Amino acid sequence: MTEFIQLVLAGTANGCIYGLLALALVLIYRSTHIINFGQGEMAMFSTYICWSFLNAGMGYWVAVPLTLILAFAAGIAVQRVLIRPVQNAPELTIVIVTLGLYLFFNSLALWIYSGVPKPFPLPTGIRQASWQVGDIFIIPYHLFIFAVLITLMAVLYVLFQRTKLGLGLRAAAAQPASSRLVGINVNWMLALGWGIAAAAGALAGMLSAPVVQLEPNFMATILIFSFASATLGGFDSPPGAVVGGIAIGNIVALGGRYIEFIGTQLDIVLALVVIVAVLLIRPAGLFGRQVVQRV
Amino acid sequence: MSAILEARNLRAAYGDRPVIFGIDLAVPERGIVALLGANGAGKTTTLRALLAEVRTWGDVRYQGQSIAGKSTQDLVRMGMVMVPEGRGTFTDFTVEENLLLGAYSRRDKDGIRRDIERMYGYFPVLGQRRKQRAGSMSGGEQQMLAIARALMSRPKLLLLDEPSLGLAPLIVQEIFGILTTINREEGVSMLLVEQDAVRALKVATYAYLLETGRVALEGTAEQLAASDDVRRAYLGY
Repeated sequence: MTEFIQLVLAGTANGCIYGLLALALVLIYRSTHIINFGQGEMAMFSTYICWSFLNAGMGYWVAVPLTLILAFAAGIAVQRVLIRPVQNAPELTIVIVTLGLYLFFNSLALWIYSGVPKPFPLPTGIRQASWQVGDIFIIPYHLFIFAVLITLMAVLYVLFQRTKLGLGLRAAAAQPASSRLVGINVNWMLALGWGIAAAAGALAGMLSAPVVQLEPNFMATILIFSFASATLGGFDSPPGAVVGGIAIGNIVALGGRYIEFIGTQLDIVLALVVIVAVLLIRPAGLFGRQVVQRV
Repeated sequence: MSAILEARNLRAAYGDRPVIFGIDLAVPERGIVALLGANGAGKTTTLRALLAEVRTWGDVRYQGQSIAGKSTQDLVRMGMVMVPEGRGTFTDFTVEENLLLGAYSRRDKDGIRRDIERMYGYFPVLGQRRKQRAGSMSGGEQQMLAIARALMSRPKLLLLDEPSLGLAPLIVQEIFGILTTINREEGVSMLLVEQDAVRALKVATYAYLLETGRVALEGTAEQLAASDDVRRAYLGY
C-alpha cells in the first residue's frame, strides 16, 4: 500500500507536467484545429533561456517569470510570422510548419547549448529533503508542481470565464466569422492564444527540468505523454487536458510497476495504448464535446 | 436628405470570380432601404462587400467619409453592423454572453448593462433565457438574438441579411415590427436584404432590385411594388 501511494504521488507530479503541456496543445487546437508538434521544443528552448539567466547569476524567482514573458512574446511572434501566412492553407501544410518548428528549435538548442545535459536547480526555497509521514515520503517539489498547476488553472479560469478579453478569446476560437462581425480582432486573439500556450509550455519545461535534466530532447517524451493526456481529456477541453495529464502520469507510474513486462523502458507504449483505446471507445475524450458532422 | 451610406460602382469578387459588377446605391440617414433579387443576384455579397468581408473595389462613403481600406472590425466600431444570414449565433455561449459579445467594441460598462436590459425589453423571450445556451434556442429566438446582438454595438447602420429566412409568418411579423420600432425610435438606418419582397417593400422607403450582380431596377417602395416586372419576376403574382 505504501508503495502504491508513493507511486501515485510521483505519478501525479509527473502528470501535472504532462497536463501543462497538454493544456498548451489544447489551447491552440481549440482555436485553429491544428496540433502544434513544435510545442514541446518551444518549451524546451524556453527552459534553456531560463537556464542561461540562472547561469548568468539571476535568481530563480526573477528568471522564471522573465522567461514566461519572453515565451509568451515568442508564441505571439511565431503565430504572426509563421502560422498566420498559412492559416487558411490545408491542415497538412500547417502541420508541416509545426514540424518545422520542432526541427528549428531542436537544432537551435543543440547548436547554442550543445547536447551535454545541464543541471537545472530546484526553485529557491523548495528543499530537497522529503518529509516523512508514517511510511510515506513526500517530496516538497512534487507539492510545488501541483500548487503551480492549480494556481495556473485558477488564473486561466478567471481570464477565460470572467474577463472581457477571455470572452473574446473564446469567441474567436469558437466562431471566428461571427467574432469579426461583432468587432473582435480575431487574428490578434489567435496570436494571444499562441502566446498563452507557449507560456504554459515553458512552465511545463521549467518544472520538469530539475527532475529529468536539461538536454535538447528532454521534452520529446513528455510531448508524447501530453498527446495521450489531451486525447484522453478531450482535445477541446482545457480542464480535460489537465485531468488527462494527471491520469496519464498515474497510468505510467502504476503500469510501469505492476505490469511486469512494461517497466520503465516500455512506459511510452502505455501512452500509445491509451491513445488508441480512447480513439476507439470515446474519440472526443472524457471531457470533449462529441461533434456531430453531417456528411 | 443626406445619405449615411453611399456606394458608387461597387464591385466584389470571391477569389478571381467577380460576383457584383458596379452597383450604385444609397441609404438615407434614418431610412430603411430594401435590396431585392433572386438567389445568386449578389445581395449577400453586396452586404459583405460593404463590410470589407470580400475583395472589393469602388467608392463607398459612410457618413460622408470614404471607407476604403478599413477592416471589418473598424467598420463595426464605426457603427456599421451586420446581422448575418444564418444569424451568426455564438452557439456554445449563453444568451447574455452573446449580447456582451455584441457590445465587444464598447467600453462603457454601465451603458452595456443598461442596453442588455433594454434588449430584454424589446425581446422578452431573450430575458427569460439569459443563462441558456444560445444554440439550443429556436430559429426565431436566434434571429431575435442576432438583431439584439447587433444593436448592442449601438449601430448607426444595420445591414440585415434575410431576417425572415426559415421563420414562421407570425415570428417574421413580430421581428419586422421590432425592426420598424427600432428604426423609428432610435433612428438606426437599415439596409435590408430580403427574399420576401412583399414584406420588405412594406417597411422600406426605397428599394433596389438586383439581377446577376447589377442593379436592374430601383425606385421608391411604392414604385417597385407597383412595377409589373417586379411583380411578375419576384413577387410571383
